[in-house]
Order: sequence, then C-alpha cells, then structure tokens
Amino acid sequence: MEFVTDHLPTLLGGLRTSAWLALISIVLGLPCGLLLGLMATSSLAVVRWATLVVVEVFRGIPMLLLVYFVYFGLPGAGLSLAAETALVVSLVVSAAAYTSEIFRAGLLGVARGHREAARSLGLTGFQELRHIVLPQALRAVRLPIISFSVLIFQYTSVGFAIGIPELLSRSYAIGSVTFNYLGVFVLAGVLYATVAIAASGLMHLVRRDRAPQVLPF
Amino acid sequence: MNQLDWGRVLEAIGAGIGYTVGLTVIAFLGGMILGFPVALMRVSRIRALRWIGTAYVEICRGVPVVAWMLLIFYGLADLIGTDPLIAATVALTVVATAYIAENYRAALLHVPLGQWEAAVSLGLTRRQLFWRVIAPQGVTIALAPSATYAIGLLKESAFAAVIGVSDIAFQARTLTQSGQPGLATFAVAGAVYLLLSLPIAAAARTIDRRMRTRSAM
Repeated sequence: MEFVTDHLPTLLGGLRTSAWLALISIVLGLPCGLLLGLMATSSLAVVRWATLVVVEVFRGIPMLLLVYFVYFGLPGAGLSLAAETALVVSLVVSAAAYTSEIFRAGLLGVARGHREAARSLGLTGFQELRHIVLPQALRAVRLPIISFSVLIFQYTSVGFAIGIPELLSRSYAIGSVTFNYLGVFVLAGVLYATVAIAASGLMHLVRRDRAPQVLPF
Repeated sequence: MNQLDWGRVLEAIGAGIGYTVGLTVIAFLGGMILGFPVALMRVSRIRALRWIGTAYVEICRGVPVVAWMLLIFYGLADLIGTDPLIAATVALTVVATAYIAENYRAALLHVPLGQWEAAVSLGLTRRQLFWRVIAPQGVTIALAPSATYAIGLLKESAFAAVIGVSDIAFQARTLTQSGQPGLATFAVAGAVYLLLSLPIAAAARTIDRRMRTRSAM
C-alpha cells in the first residue's frame, strides 16, 4: 500500500504525458484519416489506388518499426526529431492510415440515393459532402473511431522504446530502483486498463442497438 | 552516408524471421485454444463466469502489448525464468486469447436462430445442442476474423524486440546501431513484415470466401 502511495503520483504524471501524446496524435491524425478516406473513395482511379497502396503499407508495418524508422532512420536523411515529436509523427501517420479505412467504410455506407438527391437538388460537390454525406458518414463511424482512439492511447507506450517519460517508461524507472517490477507494472496496467474500460463504457452508452449479450439458453 | 550492406542486412533480418513467425504462430494457436473457454464464460448464463470472462478480456485488451511484455519479463521472472522469448510468447498469447475470445463470442451469438430452433425441435439435449450444433458453427464463423487478427498479431510480435527477443525488429535496430543506414534498414525490415502478412491475408480471404459460399447454400 505504501508502495502505491509512494509511486502513484509519478505514474499519474506519466499517464498525463501519455494522454497528451495520444490527444495530439488523435487531433492531428483523424483529419488526415478522413482526407485519406475521401481520397480512397475518389472517382479518379489513380487517386484511389495510390491512396490504398500508401494506406496498406503503413497499416502493414509494426508500430515499433515505424517509430524506429522516424526516430532512428530519418536523421540519416537530415531530419532529426525530438523523441516526443517522432512518436507523435508515427502515431499520426498510423492513425491516418488505419482510420482512413474506417472513414472509407462510413463514406461508402451513405445511401446512393442521398447523393443522387443532393445532385438533383443542384448542390455543389462540396455542399453535398458537407451537408449530406459527412453528417451521415461521421455518425456511422463514431464507435470504431472511439475504439481506435483507445488504441492510439495504448500505442503511446512505444515511447518506452525511445525514452519518452510516459507511463510505461516511468514504471520501468521505478521498477529498476525499487526492484518491485511486478508491483509497478501491475499498477501501470491498472491505469492503462482504466482508460480503456472507461472508453468501452462510453461506447456502450453511445451504442443504442445492443446486440444480445448471452447465449439463448 | 554509408551504403547498405545488403548481405549483412538480409542475413540478420533473415535470422529474425524465425523468431517473428514462431512467436506469432504460437501466440495465435494459443489464443485459438484458450480463447474458446474465455468466450464461453463471456456468454454464459452464470453471472460470475460472465464477469470473469469480461474482466479477462477488458483487462488484457486494455493494457498495451509492450506493457504486457515488460510486466511478464521483469515482473514474473521468478515464475517463468529470464528467457525473453518465453516472456514474449506468454505476453502475446495472453493478449491474443482476449482478442480471439471476442471473435468466438461474436460468432457464437451470430449462429442463426433457426439452428437453435431446429436443434430444439429435434429433441437434442442442451449439451448436444451446444457442442454438436452451435459450437462447430461458432468456431467456423470465428475463423475468418481470427485469421485477419493474425496479421495484427504478426505486427504486435515486434514489441518482443523491446525485451530482447532477436526478432526482425530487434535485428533491424541492432544493425543500425552497428552502422547500417537507418532508413534503408528499417525499410527492408518493414517490407519483410509486409511480405509475411501477405500469405496470412490471402488465407483470411480464402476462408472468408468459403464461408460466404457455404452459408449461401
């Protein structure tokens, strides 16, 4: 118990850093994801294919490798980034690639008749997008977007690999001083899980049509 | 900037492939086996079991994979020894079990109601109904999403590098520490992960297609 009260403040400080990194990455990453999603549904085949290739490549690379690439690799090309910036860049790129698939599905889910109706009412392409397509598409994707945002938060733990003092790094530092690795990592795990479970509760609130939860016997 | 030593890079990364693939395969199989009882608990009528199952899934998915790696490697060394490969396998299996359990759960709940009704009207006992009718279909339905999840698992396995498993990501990092150019080395490593995910993706598509044609009959 004393262990908890001694080290919880440090860990909460780490949690704050993690949360900030996640928040910045989400705020920057989602609009990029939407843009890529729009490009992936473009009527120009070239744009569509180019976008899909970029998305597949970035979705196919492990997060750790992407962070290594940005933090240890880019300096070779003359671009040295601070560890925090490197992590945020990696998370933004990754979030954009992953959420573009979510946005794409949302955009394709908008009924064709609605687009046709917008056209026949004389709306411009932008008006159609702004007033007809996006409101429906964004509403449809809110749950997967929340759950992906939680993943982004979890991936801030990669900051451990490049020495950012986020939650996991601070836990490791405490462990290496007190040798109570199990205690401190369990504590960190509780903090991570709390955030995820809170988000999952939020999703249950947002979701109206709940699927059956128990087998029917 | 120095040139990429192709021979050295390919040799080292090639040596890492075994670890990456082995980790992924074992964690996947472990998750496929252990995930089923967890899913059963998740959909049980018995509230206590449901609670345990839900807690397992939420906690295991709520804690980042890197944190699991550190917790098990440093925290449980007394229990499982100090081999990072064992720790990484356990960590990845713990997480895979939770994700695959959710696939089983969704699949069990989506076995068509007619199957239940038919089984009941044939006079099957509850036990027969579940093990002969529902479970086989549930497992089959869960195969396609689980195969897709295997691609995610392949990428998550890279976090084993953080605790010192000599997988692809670890080899790439070591190569750059000994003077190989970062951009090219990490790009090669990323390409190898992409290549490894191709057969899994093909398998997932095949399973999905077969399932669709079968259910259409």
